[in-house]
Amino acid sequence: MSTTPTAGLVPAGAAPSAPAPLLRRILLQGKYETLAMIRNGEQLILAVILPLLALFGLTVTPLLDGLGAARVDIAVPGILALCAMSTAFTGQGIATGFDRRYGVLRFLSTTPLGRAGLIAGKILAVLAVLVLQLAVVGAVAAALGWRPAPGGWLPGLTMLVLGAAAFTALGLLVAGTVRPEATLAITNLLWMLLGVLGGIVVPAVRLPAVAGNLAHFLPSGALGEAMREAFLHGTFALPQLFVLLLWTVVPGAAALRWFKWN
Amino acid sequence: MRSPESPVLSIEGLIKDVGPLAALDGKMLRVVNGVSLHAERGQVTALLGANGAGKTTTLECAQGLQKRSGGSIRLLGEDPDLAGAGLRSRVGVMLQDGGLPPSARPLPLLRHIAGMYANPLPLGHLVERLGIDSFSRSSVRRLSGGQKQRLALAAALIGNPEVLFLDEPSAGLDPQSRQIVFELIAELRDAGMGIILTTHLMDDAQRLADYVYIIDAGHNVAEGTVAELLQHGEASRDGITERTLSFDAPAGLDLRAALGGLGEGLALAEDRAGSYTVTGALAPEHLARLTAWWAEKGIMPASLRLEARSLEDVFLDISGRDIR
Repeated sequence: MSTTPTAGLVPAGAAPSAPAPLLRRILLQGKYETLAMIRNGEQLILAVILPLLALFGLTVTPLLDGLGAARVDIAVPGILALCAMSTAFTGQGIATGFDRRYGVLRFLSTTPLGRAGLIAGKILAVLAVLVLQLAVVGAVAAALGWRPAPGGWLPGLTMLVLGAAAFTALGLLVAGTVRPEATLAITNLLWMLLGVLGGIVVPAVRLPAVAGNLAHFLPSGALGEAMREAFLHGTFALPQLFVLLLWTVVPGAAALRWFKWN
Repeated sequence: MRSPESPVLSIEGLIKDVGPLAALDGKMLRVVNGVSLHAERGQVTALLGANGAGKTTTLECAQGLQKRSGGSIRLLGEDPDLAGAGLRSRVGVMLQDGGLPPSARPLPLLRHIAGMYANPLPLGHLVERLGIDSFSRSSVRRLSGGQKQRLALAAALIGNPEVLFLDEPSAGLDPQSRQIVFELIAELRDAGMGIILTTHLMDDAQRLADYVYIIDAGHNVAEGTVAELLQHGEASRDGITERTLSFDAPAGLDLRAALGGLGEGLALAEDRAGSYTVTGALAPEHLARLTAWWAEKGIMPASLRLEARSLEDVFLDISGRDIR
């Protein structure tokens, strides 16, 4: 096998162990997690197929008629918000829950990546998948006749990122505190409930009164409304911005406090 | 024998409380209660103890995976709770459950982990030495226990660490994997790596460890080289050395007749047909009598083994035979 005891394993004069630069570690982890998410079939259905089906549904039914704009123009901002919820909350929540079960979080946190790098990589992966979703949904929406407001992109993307931050914080909070099977159930159930009744794709005014009133205070309703404000009128929706900030900071702090790594 | 060089790991009076636990009426449970140990470069240091003795918790506190409740830990001179990427790059960790994502394939996973280091080991040699190329096309979830352990060991080694933590390295290993892993551990030790491992198997400790700490109920109960621990055990029995002679020969031999009056005070047993043990304060005359009797009867044993107390006996003596 080898002539000296370690010739096979540690080359003579090997440089001492040292970490790769911080940015490279985070980018590597982001890339690894992005590929893992894209290669996961169930994840793709949740991240792309279901939002596209919802988009078609809302453009061929009269559900959004009478709200003062074309069906597709009202539908697309909400669908993008739904994409953020799919990826950041359900997708990353489930992935993190199972990573925790299999000890992946613990092992990676002993490498130079560390806990902070691991979280940064996960956020990066959410953003990368969101960009892909934006490209696919945007292209399909354009074909369906979507015409976003001229100044809509800056507030729209800002809100989308803030919404992703809120849903990532919530997803990590669930993933870090309950068993992965429970994470799977909770995040999928909430995705369904909030998707239909949370004011994300269907504006709060079109929901039953109870759900409609509640939706203003939910991250789903706030993000859906903020996205519609942005892409329909080109404006920053400040109340919704505040609600989303609250939904980022409180679950984020709770996750920092209660997240169990093992 | 502890070298004067500064230890790679130094733990003093480690305390770890977990909880509050509902099963204890909301009280905290002290799972580690005053463990102290030192590990050196170029040595294998083993934490030996039963399941639940506090070995893994001790290791995880040293790795920075769990925050200690009391005591001090220096890992390569640093506090692991405050460890940065620099310290983490010098320490390799193989967790008890592996910690590898089930959907990953071995080579991309190792490449990914290697990317976290500035000077990783060449992947090819590591993969070859651990026999990973033979299953590199399977996902982690399809690997056998031994294959998973070998991959986890490669993942722990890829950064060329100075200190290596192995939590139950022989758990789930088939004989072939065990051979590969044990040879590699010995080789890394000889190359100067400081290796700290936990095990509940005496055999592992006896084969691998330069220095053993026996942990029981959250604290150390004995320490020393394997030889020292065995001596300790012998001396503790009123100065009488208890030994076991075991041999395989034709079934149904009358050992009591063979030993005659010399057999008094010895435990004679045929455990399985043709497999004999003689236990007690064996002296040279016992051996002389027995071999003379074999010669007389024309018996040649198929195997013959004489041993003093095993580490297992010492362990059971120290940690209390009755409690378990």
